[in-house]
Amino acid sequence: MSDMDEVVREFLVESYEGLDQLDRDLVALELDPKNSDRLSAIFRCIHTVKGTCGFLGFGKLEKVAHVGENLLSLLRDGKIELSQDITSGLLKLVDAVRQMLSAIEATGAEGTVDYSALEAELADLAKVGKTEEFSMDDAEALFRAAAEKAKMAAAVASAVARVMDEPASARAMPAAAAPVVAPAAPAPAGVPHAEHPVAAPSADDPKVSTLSDTSIRVDVQHLDRLMNLVGELVLARNQILQFTGQIENVAFQATTQRLNLITTELQEGVMKTRMQPIGNVWSKFPRVVRDLSRQLNKQVTLVMEGAETELDKTIIEAIKDPLTHIVRNSVDHGFEMPEKRVAAGKNGEGKLLLRAFHEGGQVNIEIIDDGNGIDGEKVRAKAIEKGLITADQASRMVERELQNLVFLPGFSTAEKVTNVSGRGVGMDVVRTNIEKIGGTVDIVSAKGEGTTLKIKIPLTLAIIPALTVTAGGDRYAIPQVNLLELVRLEPGVGPGIEKMHGAPVYRLRGNLLPLCYLGRELGREYTEPTGDQAINIVVLQADERQFGLIVDGINDTEEIVVKPLGAHMKGLSTFAGATIMGDGRVALILDVMGLAHRANVISETRDRRLVELAEAEAKAAAERAKNTASLLVFGVGEQTRMAIPLATVARLEELQRDTLERAGGREVVQYRGEILPLARLSDLVGIMSNENLDQPLQVIVYQRGGRQVGLIVDAIHDIIEETVHLERPVDGRDLLGSAVIQSKVTDLLDVEGVLRNAFPSLFSDADEGAYA
Amino acid sequence: MSAIVSSATQYCTFYLDGQFFGIDVQRVQEVLRHQTLTPVPLAAGTVRGLINLRGQIVTALDLRQRLGMPERTSNKPPMNIVIRSDDEAVALLVDEIGEVVDVEEGRFERPPETLQGPARELIPGAYKLDDRLLLILDTDKAISPQYGS
Repeated sequence: MSDMDEVVREFLVESYEGLDQLDRDLVALELDPKNSDRLSAIFRCIHTVKGTCGFLGFGKLEKVAHVGENLLSLLRDGKIELSQDITSGLLKLVDAVRQMLSAIEATGAEGTVDYSALEAELADLAKVGKTEEFSMDDAEALFRAAAEKAKMAAAVASAVARVMDEPASARAMPAAAAPVVAPAAPAPAGVPHAEHPVAAPSADDPKVSTLSDTSIRVDVQHLDRLMNLVGELVLARNQILQFTGQIENVAFQATTQRLNLITTELQEGVMKTRMQPIGNVWSKFPRVVRDLSRQLNKQVTLVMEGAETELDKTIIEAIKDPLTHIVRNSVDHGFEMPEKRVAAGKNGEGKLLLRAFHEGGQVNIEIIDDGNGIDGEKVRAKAIEKGLITADQASRMVERELQNLVFLPGFSTAEKVTNVSGRGVGMDVVRTNIEKIGGTVDIVSAKGEGTTLKIKIPLTLAIIPALTVTAGGDRYAIPQVNLLELVRLEPGVGPGIEKMHGAPVYRLRGNLLPLCYLGRELGREYTEPTGDQAINIVVLQADERQFGLIVDGINDTEEIVVKPLGAHMKGLSTFAGATIMGDGRVALILDVMGLAHRANVISETRDRRLVELAEAEAKAAAERAKNTASLLVFGVGEQTRMAIPLATVARLEELQRDTLERAGGREVVQYRGEILPLARLSDLVGIMSNENLDQPLQVIVYQRGGRQVGLIVDAIHDIIEETVHLERPVDGRDLLGSAVIQSKVTDLLDVEGVLRNAFPSLFSDADEGAYA
Repeated sequence: MSAIVSSATQYCTFYLDGQFFGIDVQRVQEVLRHQTLTPVPLAAGTVRGLINLRGQIVTALDLRQRLGMPERTSNKPPMNIVIRSDDEAVALLVDEIGEVVDVEEGRFERPPETLQGPARELIPGAYKLDDRLLLILDTDKAISPQYGS
């Protein structure tokens, strides 16, 4: 690598770091616009970028940074006040700088994107704050001159710093170079208002200097190599420990013991170097939340708890995208508009809480919002509409299961597709990515109150505790996270393994545990155990379902170093990797999920569970059906409200009074090419009619067999579905009873009885017809 | 591929069912005597198992099977030729290891049309040595999972 490349690379690393800090600072500044320390830090960062890129000859980047610097200096000097627009403009500036930096990283040049619009926007923002003191042009000219000097000073300073540092290993600490450049550059500029804020913060910012003094940047690859070597050392140590039992030598015994201790400590130490606080991933969320909520006109505050919780670097990398997606999703779908929140009695400003903590060797991450929650019914409808589940399946699901449907591929409840989320890719990918690193994700939501996403992930992927078992003469490792318990069946005790039409099961505390033979699932030789030998069952958990794995032998629990399998075994879902055992031989690590799928354990239990659910649901439905009914409520006479079961009603009609004719002593009407006999309900039940003669007739068409009759009522009120508590009528004629419906006393009409009296022929004929 | 064939002048040689084969010596990481193999159930037939090579896990492929040759009958355990590839190491199981030979470029010839079966893809040609033919193995294809099984 040439010297120039090295300089550019250093510039990139430095600038990226500065920009990340800038994102955080800008959002923080919005909350506390008067914080001059922050403003100065921001100014300094942009200034450094500008100065260095001028030195390196990136003119375009320099120009953009320059316009931003102008704006910042006005802010810093209190000439203009920070507004949301200015913050947005500055964030855009950060994005533009970042874009150019990545272009430089990729191609060595700044790229072809035109930033003149952004430059104009930033200049406009600066004009808003124009004061009488300077005209903008004056200021512009002054700043340009100052910047020119600053640039030169920066160039000189960094060149000097570079030359002086050359023999030392200062390269490894690029952060150390930044303070050298920053204070030196603006000092000779001599622009009004420029001196004090620049000099001050570098002094009262001790964090920066202490951090660069005590930490160094190390390539992750080095750490990975170290990690691998330590893994090897652990294995070698394990092998040596096996010899200690055979060799009776006190010195040797003592040495191995020390080796043992040192190795353990070294392993812990190296693991620690790879640990990073989860705050590193979270740090970009304040800006994500701010930008998004502003774009959507929502108000959301982000609260982070446990940002110092540490995780292995590889895991941090792996959860970055899923977490970002969840946060975006939450702001986009989770929170209601402020008015709606206030209307619902909530604080107009939503709260998004990120929480991380260690528990039982795992890291828990919770993303909690106090938004709208997940509407199970909406999810159900959407899932059916998208054909992800059948209506039949959906009807059997409980609320929790419905909510978990959001993890199905191709699911999105967003009513409209925004550019934020709702494109139907998302939560399924989130779940897959988290499961890929051995984690789980669960969703809990109460409608109207909010949603909590719980993620559990292992601390590290590299070394995990595992149980080793043997089957078909080979050893396999089972990750401890999947392990629930071990069961050893002694011959002649209890019922042992039973069969349900060939499918082996075991009664574990009263419940049937489905079983599979590891040897058989892996296609190895295996002998089905006979009744006179002990059987080992490893009870495993896969996707909330339990199953028993029958193995030939259970060995030991130990820490294993997980190594990936080669390309030839990529398609094998039954193995999660391989490891090297204490004796130096390779053992495969079982992927419990994959194994469960292969053994059909998952589909089997899922079906069984669905059936059980369906049975419970059907029972409850039958219980409800006893009392619930759909009723048509109508009025007869002045006061009386009556209801009949909706099931007996064919149609409701409005008939013009002049269409009535008479036939056989009855009122009739020509209806759909037939003669529809009519009866006035008021006459039939002996109530004075209260009908409005100016209105059309309200007719309930009652159908029985192939025949229809019309029942004229005074008014149709409503169709309701309600649980009805019938009370026996005082006067039983024509009524089944009375009930309170919609807080009014309503009579349930014995419609059949009434019509039987009025139209005897209808019933006799119809019955015959029915049996014909 | 042809570039590799013409540029390599040294070949690491080995025997398979009495035939004399060569692999570009640049691609060979090392040669190992027989190692204990951990079989991988459910994997493709060419995957004979996994080897622990100083902490690195190496996939061992049965080259006989890969070339459509009969199973090994001899009691002599197979040898491993460890091939470096982009991100992993793969071991090829062979009957016996020969010497490293220098070849003259002019002696290379493509296989006749009568060479058929899986071997045709893997053997781009042979060098006509004085006493016998040295069959050249296309290393990349031989260890590629895409061509496997």
